[in-house]
Amino acid sequence: MRSIWPLVHIVLAIGLSPLLPGIINRTKAFFGGRHGQRLLQPYYDIFKLLRKGVVYSRTTTWIFRAGPVISLASILVALTITPIGTVRALIAFPGDVIALVYFLGLARFFIVAAALDTGSSFEGMGASREMQFTVLAELAFMLGIIAMAIMGKSFSITAIFGGAAIKELPNMATMSHVLVAAALLIVLLSENARIPFDDPDTHLELTMIHEVMVLDHGGIDLGLIQFGSALKIWIFGALFVGAIIPMNTGHAGMNLLIGLGAMLAVAIMIGIVESSMARLRLLRAPQLLVTACILSFLALIAAVGQ
Amino acid sequence: MPLFLTALIVFAIGAVWPLIGRKKWSNFVGPLAAVIGSLLAAGVGLYHLFNNSKADLILAWPFPLGSFHIGFDPLTSIFVLPVGIIGALAAIYGHTYLQATESWKKLSSSWSLYNLFVAFMLLALVARNGFLFLMAWELMSLSSFFLVLFDHEKKEVGRAGWIYFIAAHIGAAFLLAMFILLDSSGTMEFSLFSAHGQYASVIFILSLVGFGSKAGIVPLHVWLPEAHPAAPSHVSAVMSGVMIKLGIYGILRVLLFLGKPDPWWGWSLIAIGAISGILGVLYALAQHDLKRLLAYHSVENIGVILLGIGIGVLGVCSGNILMATMGLGGGLLHALNHAVFKSLLFLGAGALKYSAGTLEIDRLGGLFKRMPVTGLTFLIGSIAISALPPLNGFISEFFIYFASLSGVSTSGQPWAGVIVIASLAIIGALAAACFSKAFGIAFLGEPRSESASEAHEVSRKMLIPMILLAGFCVFMGSSGAWLLRFTLPVANQFMPIKWAPVSLDSPLTALKWITATAVVFMIFAAAIAAFRKVMISKRPVRKDVTWGCGYIAPSSKMQYTSSSFAQPIINMFRTVLRPNLSFAQSTELFPKNLSLHSHTDDLFLKHIFRPLFESFIRLAGGLRRIQTAGTHTYIMYIALTILALLVWRLW
Repeated sequence: MRSIWPLVHIVLAIGLSPLLPGIINRTKAFFGGRHGQRLLQPYYDIFKLLRKGVVYSRTTTWIFRAGPVISLASILVALTITPIGTVRALIAFPGDVIALVYFLGLARFFIVAAALDTGSSFEGMGASREMQFTVLAELAFMLGIIAMAIMGKSFSITAIFGGAAIKELPNMATMSHVLVAAALLIVLLSENARIPFDDPDTHLELTMIHEVMVLDHGGIDLGLIQFGSALKIWIFGALFVGAIIPMNTGHAGMNLLIGLGAMLAVAIMIGIVESSMARLRLLRAPQLLVTACILSFLALIAAVGQ
Repeated sequence: MPLFLTALIVFAIGAVWPLIGRKKWSNFVGPLAAVIGSLLAAGVGLYHLFNNSKADLILAWPFPLGSFHIGFDPLTSIFVLPVGIIGALAAIYGHTYLQATESWKKLSSSWSLYNLFVAFMLLALVARNGFLFLMAWELMSLSSFFLVLFDHEKKEVGRAGWIYFIAAHIGAAFLLAMFILLDSSGTMEFSLFSAHGQYASVIFILSLVGFGSKAGIVPLHVWLPEAHPAAPSHVSAVMSGVMIKLGIYGILRVLLFLGKPDPWWGWSLIAIGAISGILGVLYALAQHDLKRLLAYHSVENIGVILLGIGIGVLGVCSGNILMATMGLGGGLLHALNHAVFKSLLFLGAGALKYSAGTLEIDRLGGLFKRMPVTGLTFLIGSIAISALPPLNGFISEFFIYFASLSGVSTSGQPWAGVIVIASLAIIGALAAACFSKAFGIAFLGEPRSESASEAHEVSRKMLIPMILLAGFCVFMGSSGAWLLRFTLPVANQFMPIKWAPVSLDSPLTALKWITATAVVFMIFAAAIAAFRKVMISKRPVRKDVTWGCGYIAPSSKMQYTSSSFAQPIINMFRTVLRPNLSFAQSTELFPKNLSLHSHTDDLFLKHIFRPLFESFIRLAGGLRRIQTAGTHTYIMYIALTILALLVWRLW
């Protein structure tokens, strides 16, 4: 069934994704009793950065310049494989979830390479931590997806999420959906460098993870990276939405609308999580990811058992 | 077939000429013969693979045992192909790499042995007789043993050589036992081998130990990280890229003899694959020496290959043809892919050694500017080995993922697939971490030592093989659907004949889409790059120093090191890895000399093999007591023996 809606989703994702960090920041401001920045501030930031000049370190090579380009390109490819809610992805094929994970891996590899290219200790530190957390996050993600694949009897992520409406599923499956969703939420927070893994507002380079890797990027390069991060929140948000509400109204446009509404809710939820807790100590963070792995594994047991 | 025999004759010339010919010519004739012979053999392999054809040949054989029976089938062909291609490219590289060798004796014997090494690898692959196979296998091990000893004056090279020698022979002992059990006709002909019900499992275990020690499965991998770094780089490229794959070939060949597999064979292959894969990559992360790191990655990749074969074998057992085809195909394809990118990376490491003089990762750095082509090819190899798209490593791992997913969602036993997917996910993430370290620290940033800052690009003859291999990585990464058809005849050999061919539409569609995403990725990247270029063209672009929080006199020593980069992950897995950390603290009021050493021993070498061999030596020491070297004692032994024989006879 080909339709225009997957393409609409891509266009909307590209257009609306910078809104997500805006909403998150506004939510945090609300809970902090501040007025906060404008909702559209991320857009202003990106447009400002696109129009700026650039300063490059003499240490760097073309890897540093290619990093933001290649990582944004791979995140965009990952976006084309991502369904939102029950709206199918633009590109869907058996095993597409593997391609999704590995394209995000490619994006990460190049951001890390660009960070190491500067020869800065801070950026090396961030790169090292990013790679460390990924090991567990990827495992939790994969296990969760297999659980979903068993329930959906398919291994295309579009078919997994687009399958049954929630009321048609047996109870076991519902439970396992919730477990996967919880695991995906933890993975979302980790992969997008949110609290409790990383604090995007911190001012101390030593404690950052994602932000410290892009310390030396400026101008359009930083703009591309920020846009890429916004898209990444969108991708993980959409997957989370797909796991928690596999609701099919039968009309794709309607489904997309529900999906977008859910994305808004996800952004507010991230904001609430960020306002209600402090970040974990770096040594503690892997334990939370192990928890995500265990949740996924439980979901898997439930899925196999049904 | 005649072409293949010609190749063997060319190798023979290449083996003899450097020893007797004029010394000026030996660095020319040696590699030339190796290139011609290897390419001829690769051509024959490619021909048979494309046409899905078989060939058989029996020649006169002067020895009392066995026969000179050689042949081609898809399984042989798919392994002959990388042996030929890598053998040729490594020889081109070696021609320059060895040019600086002063000793003529060393140079010519090295080329002579190289020709023998490649020739015996090929002979082991085409052998259709157990005796011929064992002979070729043994000579292959011996010739590579002497190749490892190229720098035999160095103490650690000698030690590495002996570890390899012992490992190879313990493995060969198991193989001998296995062939004797398999041989029911007394002729050692492969075609007459048959599996006896109760023996089949014993034979499988023997083959797993015998061939596994060559392939480098954990815990029989201990020789790899010793022997690969000791050998000259083009030899380690062939050993790590191709020779260890012969272990995989052996396991597959024996599976063919044994007929319908038992499910527990598949399970044990998966278990060994998962353990080798995860431990291999973890040990790789802990290494400070680039070649040792690469050697441990071979252990990891052998693990990935076995995961694929294991899930394929389970597919054969349960009658899930899709799982069998994709699993076996993925394992085979990963063997091919690993041959390509691992030899590329070893050649790259050789270029670093040649140009920067060291392989200590923490003494390198800043080489991307100084060696741009080596750097780019090494980057391509790193992305490929981390199984990231759009390169070839991703394609073969996708095969294995696909097989596991189809096992998970259709068969009654989903756990095998789950284990494979979970292992692949961990291995993939760790490999990416390891290679962002290897590439990022060794090539990027500022040079960390004098010799690294004086490095320069290597000569064109060394670059060409690397560029070609990098080209293969890109090409094989974009032709997944085509590669599936390539591995199909081999995978079909393992299926019971009565099975009807299954529709491969779903994997083929998936692989075509993978190619499409690769193209989409290229388009996106090009578009964004163009956009960036346009935007930046009107803006000021300045050069300055790296941001250091306001500190303006940075030195290259202040960069992050590879040990620090890997430390969090090593620490996370410290219960399995047991890293050693020694910190020399100073008691002075104003301490000047502080030092920190981190080192991760191979636990299997340290806690299993070393104690084992030490107890052997003690045992042998006990035996020494009866060898007193006094004539009267020996006369007494003879008398006692005769007495014992008499008693035995007269009883």
